[in-house]
Amino acid sequence: MSDFTNVFWDYFVALITVVSVLGCGLFLWSQSKRRVKVGAGPDPDTTGHVWDGDLQEFHNPLPRWWMWLFYITVVFSVVYLILYPGLGTQFRGLLNWTSSGQHQSEVKAAEARFGPLFASYLKMDVPAVAADERGRQMGARIFQNNCAQCHGSDGRGSRGFPNLTDSEWQWGGGPEAIKTAIVDGRTAAMPPMAEAVGGGENVTDVANYVLSLSGSAHDSVRASRGKEKFAACAACHGAEGKGNPALGAPDLTNKTWLYGGTVATITETVTKGRGGVMPAWKGLLNEAEIHLVAAYVHSLAKPSQVAATPSATK
Amino acid sequence: MNAVDEGKRVQEAVSAATQAEAVESLYAKRVEIYPRAKIGERLAWFQKWRWATVWITQIVFYGLPWLAWNDRQAVLFDLAARRFYIFGLVLWPQDIVFLTGILIIAAFSLFLFTAVGGRLWCGYACPQTVYTELFMWIERRIEGDRVRRMVLDRAPMSARKFALKAAKHAAWIAVALWTGYTFVGYFTPIRELGAEMLALQIGGWSALWVAFYGFATYGNAGWMREQVCKYMCPYARFQSAMFDKDTLIVTYDTTRGEPRGPGSKKKGRADLGLGDCVDCGLCVQVCPTGIDIRNGLQYECIGCAACIDACDHVMERTGLPKGLVRYSTTNAMREGLDTRAMWRRVFRPRVFVYSGILLAITAALAVAVALRVPLKVDLIRDRGALAREADGGQVENVYRMQVSNTTEARRAFTVSVAGLPGLAVASEARFEVGPAAVASVPLRLLADAEQVAPGSHKIAVEIRAADDPAVAVRETTTFLGLRR
Repeated sequence: MSDFTNVFWDYFVALITVVSVLGCGLFLWSQSKRRVKVGAGPDPDTTGHVWDGDLQEFHNPLPRWWMWLFYITVVFSVVYLILYPGLGTQFRGLLNWTSSGQHQSEVKAAEARFGPLFASYLKMDVPAVAADERGRQMGARIFQNNCAQCHGSDGRGSRGFPNLTDSEWQWGGGPEAIKTAIVDGRTAAMPPMAEAVGGGENVTDVANYVLSLSGSAHDSVRASRGKEKFAACAACHGAEGKGNPALGAPDLTNKTWLYGGTVATITETVTKGRGGVMPAWKGLLNEAEIHLVAAYVHSLAKPSQVAATPSATK
Repeated sequence: MNAVDEGKRVQEAVSAATQAEAVESLYAKRVEIYPRAKIGERLAWFQKWRWATVWITQIVFYGLPWLAWNDRQAVLFDLAARRFYIFGLVLWPQDIVFLTGILIIAAFSLFLFTAVGGRLWCGYACPQTVYTELFMWIERRIEGDRVRRMVLDRAPMSARKFALKAAKHAAWIAVALWTGYTFVGYFTPIRELGAEMLALQIGGWSALWVAFYGFATYGNAGWMREQVCKYMCPYARFQSAMFDKDTLIVTYDTTRGEPRGPGSKKKGRADLGLGDCVDCGLCVQVCPTGIDIRNGLQYECIGCAACIDACDHVMERTGLPKGLVRYSTTNAMREGLDTRAMWRRVFRPRVFVYSGILLAITAALAVAVALRVPLKVDLIRDRGALAREADGGQVENVYRMQVSNTTEARRAFTVSVAGLPGLAVASEARFEVGPAAVASVPLRLLADAEQVAPGSHKIAVEIRAADDPAVAVRETTTFLGLRR
């Protein structure tokens, strides 16, 4: 942590500090005892400085209260050094103050202040929170700080990161499924399937068949050849390619593509497999924060339904 | 022995002590100053000017927070919300440059007035002078003028003395607390603050600042007075940089006045070989910093012209011409210039330069405030995502717009883009922002993926008020094409 690993430096700093404070006090005291000749007499004392041959600096006494201000600073520093950690690690001050301690007490104060608000939302179910304007805004802020890095500030995701504003849900889009995804994270693993479908041209045939499922542009000859090879994929994606939310296997019959919807990208997916990881937020966000952000995500996906629910859920 | 004699005796003792050479500590006990206020039956000329500035500055200071504008306090510096309301103007922290302009104007006004008229600020308008004037007025009402106060202070404690002192401090504290309350009223709504204070429910920080500013007023105007100018104020010390030999200063006409002396009823002053100074000492008695102007220009002199008033009054009574102590310049005194010649010297390079800069900055600030657009926009690219594929072979980029509506009415804005063929706004192109509020609005832009080369392209985003096309902000940013 510290560059000064030797305890010598603690004593060194403490000594310099104490000697400086005492030295200031002593110097002040000796100066307050000094007497000088002032006034309009023939031979007043000067500071001894002479400029331009004849410019001299006389003594113009400060008001006495000014001296007391100096003494107050000395007293202040002594009191400060007794109460606070100013003398290195060997004497930490009577108040036991630390910056991390202050941070923790401020966190505690904030929790005491905002805790009831979070608790009130925790009692409501997800659609109800999503319908509550303030709850949604709180969720939106949590989303911007924690989720937007991958899913985008508008929640529309990016290549490899799902779009949360459409109606497609790889792992299911119900409130509980969303919460589970946030709490525990998700790990989607598509293994490399090139060999399973026969390798080489067969991979491209399968890719064309997959495109045909959603009615996208494809080579129909290749697609018909790929149809039987698709049996290897049906274990997860289903015989009709409708996917399986329990495994996180995406529905291939719509035009939503996580990694791209061209022959080239699908061929790449089949050949190399894909691994998608959503980290678990348990421990990083607390229960109430997860509840709020889940409500916000829920509201992103189905704005029309959310708008209709408030009276029913209250 | 009556009060007047007692006062004279005390005064002589004090002046004898300060004149002679003495062996002293480097930290001297402060010698209390008892400036005399009453000169003639009526207020004297410069006294009137000083009271006029006291009235003007204090009516503005105490009155301004009570004015209302648009259902809010007209002048309010809301630090917590970071909004600064000055009548119709709402300034935001980003407008700090206007404050810089105001500070430059203040500095150059100070330079200009000082170059022409010496320490005009110190003598007439400085809060230290103004509040000292107010506090001394209270003191006179309760304890009496100079001599009475001197006698009172040297008398042993008695029931009467205690009562007078208690009354004075109570009055001072009342004024000081009201001043502190007014000061805090510029930063937090003053009516609510007053209600909180009456209910004893004032917040910690407000209470601290009311007490602090009140204490500073009480301490500086009641106790510190001229010491603030002599020991604490930096301006008092760097004024000499702005003075030259044509600067108007309060001066004693040595040639005309010396040798000074009271004169005699039997012989004329000329026969006695005396100058016009009758050595009445009134100029010293009225001085708020306790100096003798006849010793020439001194750093303690705040240029309040009290000694001019006093001397003119005496000159009038003795039948001698006025102006033995007057506003004059070093050159006018030395070269014996008449008033016209002296004033002509106001037109000198230093004054032109100061005036020129002052005018330029004032004009620049006025134009800048008049032309400021009541809309601020920060455009931020989404950091996580670069470009993304969208339906229909399009490429999509996402941004966040921080839109600050600095007017006090809800306003609708439209957003448009330019810079790439077929570039279009895919998110809401029209949105509203509440009064004096900031909104974070997502902006999604779409372009044909085929037409946008890989890499970054400069584009411009323009946000425009729906009701006023002149209120617009154009921001540039980048649009990323897909990697192929």
